[in-house]
Amino acid sequence: MPSLLFYLFALITLGFGLMVVLARNPVTSALSLAMSFVGLAALFLSLDAYFIGIIQILVYAGAVMVLFLFIIMLLDIKSEEGKSFNLKAIVGGVVLAAVLAVQIAAVASSYGPGRTNLAEARLDLPAAAEYTKLPTIANDLRAGTLPDAKLVGQSLFQRYGFHLQVIGLLLLVGTVGVVVLSKREKEVN
Amino acid sequence: MITLNHYLIVSGLLFSLGLAGVVARRNILIIYMCLEMMLSAANLTLVAFTRFHVTDGLPDFTAQSLVFFTITVAAAEVAVGLAIIVALYRTKRSVETESVTQLQG
Amino acid sequence: MPAQETSHAAFPTLLLLLPFLSALVLLLGHRILKGAGVFLSLFSAATCFVVSVLMLGSTNPAETVHLLPFLEIGKFRFAIDALLDQQCRGMLFIVTSIGLLVHIFSLGYMKEDAGRVRFFGALSLFMFSMTGIVLAGNLIMMFIFWELVGVSSYLLIGHWYEKPSAAEASKKAFLTNRIGDFGFMIGILMLFSANHGNVSFAGEDGLRAALTGGTLQHIAQTQGNFMSIAVLCLFMGAVGKSAQFPLHVWLPDAMEGPTPVSALIHAATMVAAGVYMLVRVAFLIEAAPAAAQTIAWIGGITALMAALMATQQNDIKRVLAYSTLSQLGYMVMAVGLFAMQHAGAHQETVPGHPAMFHLYTHAFFKAMLFLGAGAVIYSCHHEQDMWKMGGLMKHMPVTFATFAIGTASLMGVPFVTSGFWSKEAILGVAFEVKGGSPLFWIGVATAMLTAFYMTRLFVVAFLGKPRSDSAHHAVEAPMVMLLPLLVLALLTLVSAVPGVTHLLEAMKPHHAEEHATVMVASIAALLIGAGGAFRLYRARDKDPVSITLFANKFYFDEIYAVLVRVLQDSLAWIIAGLDRLIVDGLFSRLPAFVARRAGAAARVLQGGHLQAYTFLLGLGVLLVIYVVVFVLPAPGH
Repeated sequence: MPSLLFYLFALITLGFGLMVVLARNPVTSALSLAMSFVGLAALFLSLDAYFIGIIQILVYAGAVMVLFLFIIMLLDIKSEEGKSFNLKAIVGGVVLAAVLAVQIAAVASSYGPGRTNLAEARLDLPAAAEYTKLPTIANDLRAGTLPDAKLVGQSLFQRYGFHLQVIGLLLLVGTVGVVVLSKREKEVN
Repeated sequence: MITLNHYLIVSGLLFSLGLAGVVARRNILIIYMCLEMMLSAANLTLVAFTRFHVTDGLPDFTAQSLVFFTITVAAAEVAVGLAIIVALYRTKRSVETESVTQLQG
Repeated sequence: MPAQETSHAAFPTLLLLLPFLSALVLLLGHRILKGAGVFLSLFSAATCFVVSVLMLGSTNPAETVHLLPFLEIGKFRFAIDALLDQQCRGMLFIVTSIGLLVHIFSLGYMKEDAGRVRFFGALSLFMFSMTGIVLAGNLIMMFIFWELVGVSSYLLIGHWYEKPSAAEASKKAFLTNRIGDFGFMIGILMLFSANHGNVSFAGEDGLRAALTGGTLQHIAQTQGNFMSIAVLCLFMGAVGKSAQFPLHVWLPDAMEGPTPVSALIHAATMVAAGVYMLVRVAFLIEAAPAAAQTIAWIGGITALMAALMATQQNDIKRVLAYSTLSQLGYMVMAVGLFAMQHAGAHQETVPGHPAMFHLYTHAFFKAMLFLGAGAVIYSCHHEQDMWKMGGLMKHMPVTFATFAIGTASLMGVPFVTSGFWSKEAILGVAFEVKGGSPLFWIGVATAMLTAFYMTRLFVVAFLGKPRSDSAHHAVEAPMVMLLPLLVLALLTLVSAVPGVTHLLEAMKPHHAEEHATVMVASIAALLIGAGGAFRLYRARDKDPVSITLFANKFYFDEIYAVLVRVLQDSLAWIIAGLDRLIVDGLFSRLPAFVARRAGAAARVLQGGHLQAYTFLLGLGVLLVIYVVVFVLPAPGH
């Protein structure tokens, strides 16, 4: 049963991913991308990464895709129908992707630890509770749930506090940059 | 049963799809979407590794922090990138890669 | 005399330092120093003269005085040091005495010249460098001062640089000397390499010691050619400086300089430096018989050829210039002959050397002749053509008398003049040397020609009637100019007297036997030459003989001009071609072409196509993955 779900969501992810690349209409591409991200989020969930999966849906499928759609609508980009194909680019892209896929497959299949399955990598929540210092996490673990949001938060704020600040600064700079770029320059017009 | 390799291969295929799209497509917006796909593929790899790297009975959450960072940076990148595309469209009236060829030797 | 046994170590320093300072002050400040500057130069010349007189007659053996360490590289040490011996002291006396007299004469001659402070500065520079050559204890030091002499000669010939001919002449003198100096340098370097970096004349590891029982002896015995080439290269320096055939062309043109300069530099001292140097290294020439023969023949050819040219010159100074050439040829011939005579002897002390003796007598009478000519030119308002003079005997009696003494000495009037004795000495050597008879007859012929052209000059310029206004109104030169003439006349008369030669260290050769043949031949040559000229030129208004070949100096200048044009131009053409092909083509155009082509090729990659960039990026990533994962060994294995 879980393996069936895995194949289903992997198919959704890759199928809509293929749609993104193939679709001639940008809106189709954007919506396909959103669907692909939903599939991807489901894969995250299957990996017991609930927080990341939710973030994936909220940020990517929600905010980022809305932004894409908004820009597509704003610029009123038509679909590329009728336009000639750039054959060289397509062949180059396909060959490149194929070779890369083969390389990745070769690497993955020769990767010994990659053969462990989910059952082998079992989580032992009660044992983990013994190692944890934070009471709230320990309590959750003892109750039999995986408090992964709390665990990611612990990692972020305890180990990567400084990096979090830098990311905050990056977002600020990004915001300012977007404002500057979007401002029309009066002299130009 | 589903092994780590399954996830890695799905991630690799997604990444290859993204790469094919970046090289093959002419619409900069689509190229951008494909870039996002490649980033997400990388995220999938990271998350898969965290799940299969069990320490003290729990997944290794440090890599999930990294995924969190990646998503944040990707969001910021999309915002700035789309702003650039808008600015480009204003001057070129186009979002095709053929319209930006000034940077040549 | 115990007082003279003391060392003269301080004297060389003084001799070099004074003229150097004088030259420095005058040449740098000749615009500030007005007339007073000349007395600084005069003072330095006078002091040097006194010093050199004090040094005379020392019974000390040859003594090396270290003046200044100059260069030290590893084991190699080169110092400015003076070698004081009989030859050096005698030459010093000649240089400083004539130098002083020329300084005094110049006070009068250059009185109205605007650049006379500059002139005296250059004169001091010359005194400095000439003293340096004379004192030099090794060949490198001699070479340095050799070049300095060339520079001062250049400055003095070109003193009136506004005159194109003077500027040209100074350039010609300098460049011609450079050719000779090049050979000189090669010769020095050959000896330098052969004797492990020591080119001192004397001393433990010096050249003379090396030749009598060191490295050079071995080389001289096993590789005669090496010694011959080295000596001939040294001789090339003398060929340039002493204006020997074929580099003689610069000396007649050098007469463009002021006449006192001609007297000091281009008659008495600098041109004799070549001969002086050859006598200095006479022991080397003796070890290279082939070179000795070449030297003798070059000297002989120069002597005869210059004498022939002199017979057809009309410029009073040029006649004297060619006569100088001819006499220098005599001296060089004497060097060669003497070396042939003493081949392989390697004497420890040089006995009387005929070349040095002739140099010594010639310096005085030739300087006097030039100064006399200067006085004549001065009195005739810078008229130099002797056919526009005439009858000067009445107007300038003192000049006339001294000029007569000089002429007699140059012609070699027997028994009373010094020139006779020194010429006899040379002819005597030529007569004695095995295989020297052709040179002996060349010498006799030259003596006859000398008598001929000097009589011609004397008769035309001083006897007969004045042939121009300036000659008509000529008056005797001022006292300041006559005084040097009189002193030199006295020296000319007495300088060959045995007591005086000993005192002045003239290196007079002491012949055991006088050869009757030599005596008769030279007196006959004198009589034929002088008598013929007297009969031919007495009371003539223009030259009755015209031999264009001689008047045009055997067309040497023209030949050289063509040679230079043909050789240099074709050489320049070839070099220009090579330059274009190799330097421009191979080293400049080819790299530029490659870079441009490479750039053009790389430009294709930078097409501005975003997709091409990403494709290449992806390709690079694939390559890296391929190499890292599939080619390189896995980490840990």
